[in-house]
Amino acid sequence: MIESLADYLIGPFQYRFMVRALIVSVLVGVMCPILGAYVITRGLSFMGDALAHSVLPGMVVAFLLGISPFFAAVPAGIAVALLMGSVSRRTGIREDTSIGVIFAGMFALGLVMLAKANNINVNIEDLLLGQVLGVSQTDVFVSLGLTALVLAVLYAVHRQLVYTTFDPVGAKVVGIRAGLVEYVLLAILALVIVISIQAAGIVLVMAMLVTPAAAGYLLARRFVGVMVIGALIGALSAVTGLYLSFHADLPSGPAMALVATAIFALTVLVKKSWLVKRAGNDGDNPLTAPGQSPSG
Amino acid sequence: MTMTDKPSITVEDVAVERNGYRALFDITFAVGPGTLVGVVGPNGAGKSTLFDALVGILPITQGTVNLHGAESRNGALAYVPQRDSINWRFPATVFDVVMMGCCCRTSWFRGPGKRDRALARCCLERVGLWERRASLMNELSGGQRQRVFIARALAQEAGIILLDEAFSGVDVGAQEGIIEVLQSMRAEGRVVLLATHDLTNLAQRFDQVLCINRHVCACGPPDQAFTPQVLEELYGSHRIEFAPTHLHPNHPNPAGGDND
Repeated sequence: MIESLADYLIGPFQYRFMVRALIVSVLVGVMCPILGAYVITRGLSFMGDALAHSVLPGMVVAFLLGISPFFAAVPAGIAVALLMGSVSRRTGIREDTSIGVIFAGMFALGLVMLAKANNINVNIEDLLLGQVLGVSQTDVFVSLGLTALVLAVLYAVHRQLVYTTFDPVGAKVVGIRAGLVEYVLLAILALVIVISIQAAGIVLVMAMLVTPAAAGYLLARRFVGVMVIGALIGALSAVTGLYLSFHADLPSGPAMALVATAIFALTVLVKKSWLVKRAGNDGDNPLTAPGQSPSG
Repeated sequence: MTMTDKPSITVEDVAVERNGYRALFDITFAVGPGTLVGVVGPNGAGKSTLFDALVGILPITQGTVNLHGAESRNGALAYVPQRDSINWRFPATVFDVVMMGCCCRTSWFRGPGKRDRALARCCLERVGLWERRASLMNELSGGQRQRVFIARALAQEAGIILLDEAFSGVDVGAQEGIIEVLQSMRAEGRVVLLATHDLTNLAQRFDQVLCINRHVCACGPPDQAFTPQVLEELYGSHRIEFAPTHLHPNHPNPAGGDND
C-alpha cells in the first residue's frame, strides 16, 4: 500500500519531462496567487481572463517563426494590457467595455491565424487547455528568469500597489504615480499569464490567477496573508493537477483548475461553519458583508 | 512635525474645470497657521473639487495656489478622503493604514524602519486607537475609521490636512472626538480644512468658515460669515432650515445636521 503510494507520487519523476513539469507547476502555483491577491482586490479578474485570451496571436506568431512563445507572447501581452487601459482612458468608454472589445478581437484574430497557418506544429488543445508535461528545458529556464523578475518588481512596487488599491485618491495626493503603477501591474500580469499558459492553458489560466487567491482572501486577515495562503493553495492545486494529468492522462489546465475549485469550495464551507459557530458564541451576525459595519 | 515654515494656504482668483464644466471660479481666500477651517456649501457647490485642486489631482485653469509649510504638494500635505473613494474590501489593518503615511519617505527597495513604526504607534495613541491596531478597517465604526485616517495624516507629518466629508456616516458623539483631535493639531500650528454638510455648532468647532457655492460666498469667523445674503447665496429658499439655530454657539437647539 505504502509502496504503491510512493510509486504514485515519486515514480513519475524518473522521467525528466516530469521534473520540468513539476518546476513549472510550482512556479505557476506560487506566482499566480501572489499576483492574484492584487487582481481580486483591485477587481481585475475580467482583465486577467481577457489578457490570457489576447496573447493568442502573439503565441501563433512565435510558433510560425519557430521561436519560444515567450519571445512573442510577452511583448504582445504587455502591449495588449497597456492598450486596454489606454483605450478606456482615451475614449471615455468603461474599462470593462474596452477590455471586452479587445479581448474578443484579439482572440478571434489568434483563432483565424491558427486556422490559416499550415506549417504550425502545435496542438491547439494544448494551447487552450495547457499541457505542462510538454514544457522544454528552455521554457523552464525562461520561466525561472521571468518569475525572479516578477517577484523583484512586485517587491519594489508593493507599497505603492497597496496604497493605490486601498485608497487611489490618497495615493495620488502623496505623489504616487497611480497610472504608472497600474501599467506596471498590467505588464506583470501579462508576464505571469504567459508563464502560466504552459500549465493552465489560455482558457483556464484564470482559475490559477483568481481561485487560490480568493480562498486565501477568505482565510487570511491581512493582505500579505492572502498572498501566502493563496500561494500554498496554488502550489498544492498545481502539483495535484500535475499528478492527475500524468496518471489520468488529463490536460493539465482543467486538472489544476478543478483541484483549485474544490479547495475553494471547501474553504467556503469551513469559513461558513466557523462563522456560524462564532456567532453562536458571541451573538454576532456572521453574514454581515465586509464594509457593512455600524456607523458612529 | 517637519515643516519648513509655518503652514498656510493662499489661493488667488482660482478657476477649475471638471469634465469641461466650469466647476469653480473667483476662488480667493487665505488661511494662516494654526487655523481650523470648515468648508461649507450645498451639494454640488464644489467642495471636493476645491480639495482636488488644492492637492493637485485636478489642474487649475486660472489663478494661483500657494501652500506654505508643505515642501511640495506631495508628502507634507495630507488628505483624508471621502469614504466612498476607499476600497473597503481590501484587507488592511489599522496599523497598515497608518504606516501608509510613511510611504512617501520610503524608497522602492527600502521599506519603513523603526522610526516609522514608533511614529505610527504615537499617532495611533494620539487618536485613541492603538488598542485597535490589529483590527481590519471594515471592522471599525465610521468615526473610528476617520480617526485612523487622521492618524495616517499625522504619520505623514503634514503641515496642511484636508478632510473631505469627514462627518459623513459619523454620529454626533464621534464627531466631537474627531474635532478634539483636529483642535490639538491646530494647537501645533497645522492648518486643517474640513469640508462638511453639517452646520451643527460651526462657531464652536471652527476658527474660520469658507462658504462656497461654485465661488467663495464668504470667508471668515463663523459668527461674521453667515449673513442673510450669504445664506441666500448658499442655500436659497432652504436657508431657513439652517439659520440661525445651527450656526451660533450656546444656542438651545444643538440638533445634528444632515450628513448627506
